[in-house]
Amino acid sequence: MAQKTVQLRVKRQDGPGARPRWEHFEVPHAPGKNVISCLIDIARKPVTLEGRETTPVQWDCACLEEVCGACTMLVNGKPQQSCSSLVDNLEQPIELAPLTKFPVVRDLVVDRQKMFKNLERFRAWVPIDGTYPMGEGPLLSAEDQQVRYNRSRCMTCACCMEVCPQINGRSDFVGPAVIGQVEFFNLHPSGPEEMGKRLEEMMGTGGIHECGNAQNCVAACPKEIDLTDAIAEVGRQVTIFAVKKFLHSS
Amino acid sequence: MAKQRIIVVGGGLAGLMTTIKIAEMGVAVDLFSIVPVKRSHSVCAQGGINAAKDQQGQGDHPDIHLDDTIYGGDFLANQTPVKTMCDAAPQIIDLLSRMGVPFNRTPEGFLDFRRFGGTLHNRTAFAGATTGQQLLYALDEQVRRFEVAGLVTKYESWEFLSLIRDEDDGRVIGITAICNPDMSIHHFAADAVHICTGGPGIIFGKSTNSYINTGAAASRCYQQGAAYANGEFIQVHPTTIPGEDKLRLMSESARGEGGRVWVPKDGKPWYFLEERYPKYGNLVPRDIATREIFSVCVEEGLGLDGKNQVYLDLSHLDETFLNRRLGGIMEIYEKFAGDDPRKTPMRIFPGVHYSMGGMWVDFEQQTHIPGLFAVGEVEYQYHGANRLGANSLLSCIFGGMVAGPKSIEYINGLKRSADDVAPSAFAAEQNRQIEVFDDIYRMTGKENPYDLGDEMGEWMTNNCTIVRHNDKLAATDEKLVELLERWENVGVNDASRVYNQYVLRTRQLKDMLQLARVICLGALRRDESRGAHFKPDFPERDDENWLKTTMARHTPEGPSLEYEVVDTSIIKPRPRVYSKS
Repeated sequence: MAQKTVQLRVKRQDGPGARPRWEHFEVPHAPGKNVISCLIDIARKPVTLEGRETTPVQWDCACLEEVCGACTMLVNGKPQQSCSSLVDNLEQPIELAPLTKFPVVRDLVVDRQKMFKNLERFRAWVPIDGTYPMGEGPLLSAEDQQVRYNRSRCMTCACCMEVCPQINGRSDFVGPAVIGQVEFFNLHPSGPEEMGKRLEEMMGTGGIHECGNAQNCVAACPKEIDLTDAIAEVGRQVTIFAVKKFLHSS
Repeated sequence: MAKQRIIVVGGGLAGLMTTIKIAEMGVAVDLFSIVPVKRSHSVCAQGGINAAKDQQGQGDHPDIHLDDTIYGGDFLANQTPVKTMCDAAPQIIDLLSRMGVPFNRTPEGFLDFRRFGGTLHNRTAFAGATTGQQLLYALDEQVRRFEVAGLVTKYESWEFLSLIRDEDDGRVIGITAICNPDMSIHHFAADAVHICTGGPGIIFGKSTNSYINTGAAASRCYQQGAAYANGEFIQVHPTTIPGEDKLRLMSESARGEGGRVWVPKDGKPWYFLEERYPKYGNLVPRDIATREIFSVCVEEGLGLDGKNQVYLDLSHLDETFLNRRLGGIMEIYEKFAGDDPRKTPMRIFPGVHYSMGGMWVDFEQQTHIPGLFAVGEVEYQYHGANRLGANSLLSCIFGGMVAGPKSIEYINGLKRSADDVAPSAFAAEQNRQIEVFDDIYRMTGKENPYDLGDEMGEWMTNNCTIVRHNDKLAATDEKLVELLERWENVGVNDASRVYNQYVLRTRQLKDMLQLARVICLGALRRDESRGAHFKPDFPERDDENWLKTTMARHTPEGPSLEYEVVDTSIIKPRPRVYSKS
């Protein structure tokens, strides 16, 4: 019996701005094998299915268990982590391509720094006084903890950004992930001042008003974060904030 | 003196805490990380973080935490720094809670605590089963605040290559690093450098570690003169899911919450840990649980379907309870193994997990090289011969809280800043590193770094983990030397100067092989059994000859081993017996 194999089509790009091309590979199959194991096999012997020598495919990865977010790519057209993409669950040839909403560095590696910049812009932190002993943190109900924990599992992987129709060349929408973080921090009992700053910013360029309510994000999130709930809640907070602001200014 | 800067290499918990402490004191930090810091390996820590806050009326105390840690580590850890850490732990939990870590809560809204291995107290605070991820994010957020304030500059997707040392006094004055997106090599000046780059699990091929945990940074410091201590102490975690590319951790908290380990024997479940260790049950320390599972599978032949696997069973526990407290790991098992652990027992086997050994540091986290500090799994200080679960997150954060301020004290005492050193010293090291890479780009042999790495991993896993024999360790070192020779014959098939992982891995592999020799030879020399280091030919702990710290120094011929006295000033060493009820 012929040895079982896995076939892959990979979108290659030599560097930023280079013209993309497709290459076709075949690697040995093994039970439980994931897409990353296939990419390592290609690196061992970078030869295409047609027998042409090429360079190893480049990709990002770290944890290999879907908690770091690094290895997100398009697998058969869907944004997901390549570590938890098991080949036995995928139609072949498995098509691998870089995320489309971020600049390509090389092959499957993209630059997602703008997501981290969003966290800066929306002050995604608790403004602690300092790291010196100041006693216990605030009490929190087990129910609120469950909501905060759900939001806090966001690994900045960009699946929600990739599927959002509002993130495109014509809009500055900041995307669902950071809105979930705004809700996460607004839920922390650390003072309304920071919350006001976050909401003020949410009313600015690319803010929450750009959301088109397509709801693709919540379906794409690998960590089952209730992104649409978060967007609804932050939307409500923004409305109240805007009304209060209007009343104060008049 | 010019305005002083400090470099932190590594953006996991240890690196981020160090950065926060330095920035908080007003000194600028350049933070280097091989991945965006939010993707560091700390995200893989699952079960929790220890602190004897005694909120459940069990009479817990930092002194009991200290005793559990020292006894669990089989008396190899220096006791003074461990005591300081255990005393500081409750305040560390408070700080993390203030930072907004979503720790699980009691009905009244206080922090909840659960039990972990090697203790009889509920001492572990946790955020579901993704505690490391949650702590990392909280520290990342605080660092981002300092970034916005202009005190921290991040270099993400940069890899540390070498130290730059002052020609006169040998102190650290900077580093060289490579920028992965364009493979350019640069030098950076600093008056102190912190290495916070985590463990070396990838040396064993498959482990619970992330793809980036090569140990290369530690190896590079070792090859430039830093001592590496207790390298032979490698923790093999009892419960991991075997996988093609890695062994995925199933947290000890699964047993802390009531999970039971068993195999079928004579047609019935045999709870062998509960039977052999009635007092600690499934929560014996990891080295012991691992040896028992190994013996049940390999020596008694009772593994599931004849394979090296046993059951880790949660299926008797309530689903809502499991989802709230262990959701993260059950997701991992479902995604990678395909079964629902709420309904079916999980199949697990031991896997390489953590290095107790690491760069030698003094009680202020400083290495032998003046100005070079080390924090987190990359150093050796807190866990002795076996680490207790949920002590690693603590030691990362505590180490950073010590190292940050101590490095500022150190730079305040300097007479000359790194900026006063002639630029030629920096350029020389930069050029040396550029040549190293140019040489790699020119390699045209038949070997590739992935196959050589697999071979290293197989030898190290087979001979340098749970059970160790001197003849096999000696053969492994010979193999490592052979692999170092074969490394010269690697062929580089990718000339690209854009994000070239093949070239980076080739460079890392050589450093991994050098560090593997330290681990292997340390194990070969230590003729006793202590904690995670077990030799059937020397089955007892031998305090008379081996209650001492291994210190490896690099020489052109390989590691040279020296030994240092262990600080046992607080608790007198006693036999380590968990089986008594």
